[in-house]
Amino acid sequence: MLYAILCYHDEDTVGSWTKEQDAAVMKKLAVVQDKLTKQGRLGPVARLLPTTAATTLRKDDPPVVLDGPYAETKEQLLGFYIVDCKNLDEALDVARDLGAANPGGAYEIRPVGVLNPGSVAK
Amino acid sequence: MTDTAWIDAALTSARPQAVGALLRYFRNLDTAEEAFQNASLRALKSWPQNGPPRDPAAWLIMVGRNVAIDDIRRSRKQQPLPEDEAISDLDDAEDALAERLDGSHYRDDILRLLFICCHPELPATQQIGLALRIVSGLTVKQIARAFLVSEAAMEQRITRAKARIADADVPFETPGAVERAERLSAVAAMIYLIFNEGYSASGDTAEIRAPLCEEAIRLARLLLRLFQSEPEIMGLTALLLLQHARAAARFDADGALILLDDQDRSLWNQKMIAEGLALIDKAMRHRRSGPYQIQAAIAALHARAAKPDETDWTQIDLLYGALEVMQPSPVVTLNRAVAVSKVRGPEAALEMIEPLAARLSNYFHFFGVRGAFLMQLGRNDEARVAFDRAIALANTSAEAAHIRMHLDRLMRDSQPRAKAGK
Repeated sequence: MLYAILCYHDEDTVGSWTKEQDAAVMKKLAVVQDKLTKQGRLGPVARLLPTTAATTLRKDDPPVVLDGPYAETKEQLLGFYIVDCKNLDEALDVARDLGAANPGGAYEIRPVGVLNPGSVAK
Repeated sequence: MTDTAWIDAALTSARPQAVGALLRYFRNLDTAEEAFQNASLRALKSWPQNGPPRDPAAWLIMVGRNVAIDDIRRSRKQQPLPEDEAISDLDDAEDALAERLDGSHYRDDILRLLFICCHPELPATQQIGLALRIVSGLTVKQIARAFLVSEAAMEQRITRAKARIADADVPFETPGAVERAERLSAVAAMIYLIFNEGYSASGDTAEIRAPLCEEAIRLARLLLRLFQSEPEIMGLTALLLLQHARAAARFDADGALILLDDQDRSLWNQKMIAEGLALIDKAMRHRRSGPYQIQAAIAALHARAAKPDETDWTQIDLLYGALEVMQPSPVVTLNRAVAVSKVRGPEAALEMIEPLAARLSNYFHFFGVRGAFLMQLGRNDEARVAFDRAIALANTSAEAAHIRMHLDRLMRDSQPRAKAGK
């Protein structure tokens, strides 16, 4: 089963990391990602730009375009992983590893229904 | 990151909202700051044990307010005051806070906090110092370092600024739409000042002053999150990101300024550029142009060019033209002339800046640009005069060194057999 691990955190907090702090976290996360890559279990990974860059399309009739993210919350969706795991326990293990590398915030673990790997060049 | 580093980051991010709310509550900047300080100390003790609260800002506001009220009550006890009065005071406060904590106020709290820092009576340097101290929470030492002044001098500057604000009438009512828009534009201008303070650093101080640019970007993002549909705030944020994206390429190893044309574009921060471009895209949809958006669009045209000769100078010329209409200023015309020199040649550009001579007679860039046009036209003697004047007016050693490089080149060109270099 493929699992999406959705990364939530307060983007003000993440945004106030210094370049060095940010790099240190990314380095720790890379260790976890490398392990998954070697096991052939890591799908697309995305780090999203701040929610100030987000635009929301409400699918009303006619659709309404709004500036900003879908939900105003204390914590924002900042990125996601797609990981291949046998079951939820395994997905939680991956999330724990990621969380140890990057404490604070929360991960939402969601089984993936359909994954179209797409054709976007990196 | 260690636990305490995480707490530091959370405190920094909660600071504007928490201090803003405490200021509305106590209506006194010093009390609000002290209350936040005390709450932060308690957070450092409590959060590692109990885990971070769900809403750090609300926690800090509540705790900060309680500690400050305790203090007030204690000092009142020393004076003979009836006990029950103090208690009923506290009850009222609880009720009022519960109502106020619902979040609907916090946008205006943060805007007010930023706005009092740009009080028109405060000179720009005091505005910036105050904002960095109160809103960003930088220490006086950090701010002094960024401004290249002594800690004592900065301390004095901030104290003076606070005293002026204490005397001034700070409006605590919820602002109306017009007032809110005025505050927003004053605050945007102050954020731009903070950025420029860092951006105009010379090579040897660029690293020390970079935090000013980063802080300005953080404040711009904060403002944009509060006012999500303001195209000018999108433009401001984009402008700062696009300019700061070039930071790593702006100075050589000796600290000399590297012009846009000569910068190693692979050093530009692509993530910041992507964010800046995304924000301009969003802003344009509103079809409400403004000076920040136009300047951001100009910066974007530079950012989009992988090589200098791919720069769309025609479009840049047009954008400066629009900016001239919106915000007429000789400096804007001077910048436009650089684009004109690329599109229509140095002769047309020179013609364009001649009328500015009187108004820009003390402006370093005017003579630098004029010298460059004259040099391109082969009028080397006149170019040398202009460059000499530029050096006399240079604000930083990097600026002077840059012009000297032009002079050296002129010298080599006109006297090919003379010893080159010096």
